[in-house]
Amino acid sequence: MGVDRGGITGMKRQETLADHRQDLRRYSLRALVASVAVMAVLMLLFARLYFLQVVDHEHYATASRSNRLRLEVLPPVRGAIVDRHGELLAVNVPAFSLSLVPEEVDDLDELIASLGGLIDISDADIERFSQQRGRSQPFDAVVLRGHLSEEELAVLAVNSHRFQGIRLDAESVRSYPYGPLLAHLVGYVGRMSEKDLKQVNADRYRGTRFYGKSGIELVYESQLHGDNSFRIVERNARGREVRELQRGTPGAGELIQLTIDVGFQRAAVVALGDQAGAIVAMKPDNGAILALVSWPAFDPNLFVRGIGNDAYQGLLHDPLRPLFNRATRGQYPPGSTLKPFVGFAGIEEDIDVTSRIFCPGFFQLDGRERRYRCWKRWGHGSLDLVGAITQSCDVFFYNLAVSLGIDRMHHHLARFGFGARTGLELGRESVGLLPSSEWKQAALGEPWYLGETVISGIGQGYNSATVLQLARATAILAQRGKDVRPHLLLRTEESEKYAVQAPDATWDTIIEGMTAVVHGPKGTARKIGKGIDYQIAGKTGTAQVYQLSQDKDEKKNRGEVAKKLQDHALFIAFAPVENPQLVVAVIVENGGSGSGTAAPIARKLFDYYFANL
Amino acid sequence: MKYFRFDSLLLAILLMLITIGLIVSYSASGGDMAVVKGQLIRVGIGLFIMLAIAQVPSYFFYRLAPALFLFGLALLLAVELAGDVGKGAQRWLDLGVMRFQPSELSKLIVPLMVARYLSERAHPLPWRYIAGALLLIVLPVALILGQPDLGTALMVTASGLAVIFFAGISWRLMVGGAALGLALVPVAWHFMHDYQRRRVLTLLDPSSDPLGAGYHIIQSMIAIGSGGVWGKGWMNGTQAHLKFLPESSTDFIFAVFAEEFGLVGCGVLLTLYLALLLRGLQISATAGDSFGRLMAGAIVAIFFFYVVVNIGMVAGVLPVVGVPLPLISYGGSSLVTLLLGFGVLMAVRNDRKMWTK
Repeated sequence: MGVDRGGITGMKRQETLADHRQDLRRYSLRALVASVAVMAVLMLLFARLYFLQVVDHEHYATASRSNRLRLEVLPPVRGAIVDRHGELLAVNVPAFSLSLVPEEVDDLDELIASLGGLIDISDADIERFSQQRGRSQPFDAVVLRGHLSEEELAVLAVNSHRFQGIRLDAESVRSYPYGPLLAHLVGYVGRMSEKDLKQVNADRYRGTRFYGKSGIELVYESQLHGDNSFRIVERNARGREVRELQRGTPGAGELIQLTIDVGFQRAAVVALGDQAGAIVAMKPDNGAILALVSWPAFDPNLFVRGIGNDAYQGLLHDPLRPLFNRATRGQYPPGSTLKPFVGFAGIEEDIDVTSRIFCPGFFQLDGRERRYRCWKRWGHGSLDLVGAITQSCDVFFYNLAVSLGIDRMHHHLARFGFGARTGLELGRESVGLLPSSEWKQAALGEPWYLGETVISGIGQGYNSATVLQLARATAILAQRGKDVRPHLLLRTEESEKYAVQAPDATWDTIIEGMTAVVHGPKGTARKIGKGIDYQIAGKTGTAQVYQLSQDKDEKKNRGEVAKKLQDHALFIAFAPVENPQLVVAVIVENGGSGSGTAAPIARKLFDYYFANL
Repeated sequence: MKYFRFDSLLLAILLMLITIGLIVSYSASGGDMAVVKGQLIRVGIGLFIMLAIAQVPSYFFYRLAPALFLFGLALLLAVELAGDVGKGAQRWLDLGVMRFQPSELSKLIVPLMVARYLSERAHPLPWRYIAGALLLIVLPVALILGQPDLGTALMVTASGLAVIFFAGISWRLMVGGAALGLALVPVAWHFMHDYQRRRVLTLLDPSSDPLGAGYHIIQSMIAIGSGGVWGKGWMNGTQAHLKFLPESSTDFIFAVFAEEFGLVGCGVLLTLYLALLLRGLQISATAGDSFGRLMAGAIVAIFFFYVVVNIGMVAGVLPVVGVPLPLISYGGSSLVTLLLGFGVLMAVRNDRKMWTK
């Protein structure tokens, strides 16, 4: 060693070169050895591949053709939907379905034909099968017929040995125990479509057969769905399961608890009777919706099974439009229910509302001929704002509207949420319309006319609102300006934000008028104030659907007008007046008058609430 | 001398292999062009680095070796302290822009350091230099084992040992060392993680555990075997596409290749690998100095181990360890490291003329 080192350090050129050559020779030998080794090892690998791909090819080819280990999807259990007390509104029930694994079937058409000889398989089933097949992974089981009856199941089970590649699976199917009662609210699921699949992560939805199509089922789809998992099974050549080798655990979907009280919801539907309309009952302090009714409705269970075309067309063309969610989508003229809010705007703008105005039964703009009629033909005599709310005097509000002007009215009504979506989780909510001169110019390209201001003062004309908006505005009023966000998902926080800020006296005036609507001797809804041990503040509304002529020579009596042209009946209310616990907004389509039709329904709801909740 | 220098033969073979890799990646990903594009970007980065490194004089690496070695150790320590846990093993270091596996770099840095350490030592290698070299190997390997990453640890060890072999360890010592290594197998067994032991056991009898570790091997053997002589054709490999084959774009991509291109394709691929290896050895044998020789030899050795360990694993003759198929598997770290290595190889080749003149 010492010698070597000396050789390098005390080098002469020749020696270094010699040394280098020696080094190189030694290295070349090693490189040669390495080359041989590399070749040898690669040849060994090639030999191994030859063995696998040529010698044992048949064996592996067979194994590949009928690969017996199958990765199969375990779909998650969809989360339940319950009401505020945990009552089940949407549940899963087991149902048997017949599916095929196309890869295991020799002649698909023939198989479907012979299965059709045993049980009923419709063209729609076959079409759906082809669609589902298009989006499934190889060796996934594709449903051919769901909801097998016990008889069908038995027939198939007995004959199953004759067929290759069929599966009889218990799948979990959605069921809505309350049927039409919550159809618009809870919504429904249906067989997953191509379009649905584009909305989601395909891996997470592999094996999922149902997808939320409307309502809470649609809006909370991703929470309700859960996470799928897989199992590995060994199947024999005929596709029969030999043993399960590994099983993952799917993550169940979340439970969705709603603010709804299903008993209350039922009471609301019963109170509405067989009339078409919508009801919103909400807690004003936090916006929790206790009942949300749109009637008539439909049975959501029909959609789960796949509603037939005839039945669907029937629903679609029903003149009462059962598929339409009136509570969130229906836009109605708010009519006189808008008056408390217009009154509020008047006070806020320092217009003198305490002086009495004389109502002769009509109103005329200065220097114009046209008479705007009060609903009371012979007039109310003289009254102030409180009296005008109590008796719903149109003339008072015609005057007030003209004093305010459309844009100031717009400003104040917007603070109560008119003309804006409430943001309820159900989505697809209508926005209503709160007109302004700016809006009219933009939308219609026309200037605003004073006559339009007049009728806006009583919630007619361009004005429209949803029942949900009315409920929210009423709740803001009941809370003396505190903002209220209607919601359906049970939570407890209260809003501390104010939508409207005004002196107490302002609120007192409006609420005084609304209380007299029910409890005053001249109140339009005084009938529902009888035999009551709590105080309701409310406002009736009768919204014109058909513009009955205001002219003198109007001969038609309202009773003669066809039902579908009759006025909508509205009522908004909260109670108790001192400490509001419940807000109710009711619309009965073509119900006639707010006082006669809508107010009694609200009374029933308040009674139910204070007796049971 | 001053113009842009690279080894065109090496580059040609590399490009062929990378192209095969892209074609197979496309198929293994089920026809996902985004996968191919992502890989193309990595290829671009890797080739750029390679050609840049090729311009650097090789003595530069000689000077840099100790600093790089310390830097590598520091990175490994950083992973130990602050690394991300991916798939249950702590290997990744998050650099903000990209995640990076420092153990991957060790495959180059360790042989570099050993090559420098041994390049001045004359033949035959004195035992205490061998001991010193072993220490240089053991330090990083111990850290990598702690991650735990058995595959990389074995690769780093093997590449270090390859340098010792090329540096001229006496045949007698080599045989003795091999014997000692065999004797240490039971000790290693004792320190292995459960899943690592299972993989070794499964190798001996895959069917004993058709679901756990054996599942991979069985499925990949079915994929290869069913490919036959001519293969099932590009994009037609049922095993991979039916998702029987796990990790089909990464560690098990060879199975996809073998299924779709058959024994003929495998022959072509192995021939390309062989050509690359032989060219590498030729470059090493004609290198200008002892450091260059050792360095080049080590790079060839690493590449060789990659090929053998991966194909051996997929073909069911070696245990399942996480080693990608070089230049073919989807993924960035190993591709960039390998191309970096080939850059060094080209740099070594470029400096050959300094001696021959």
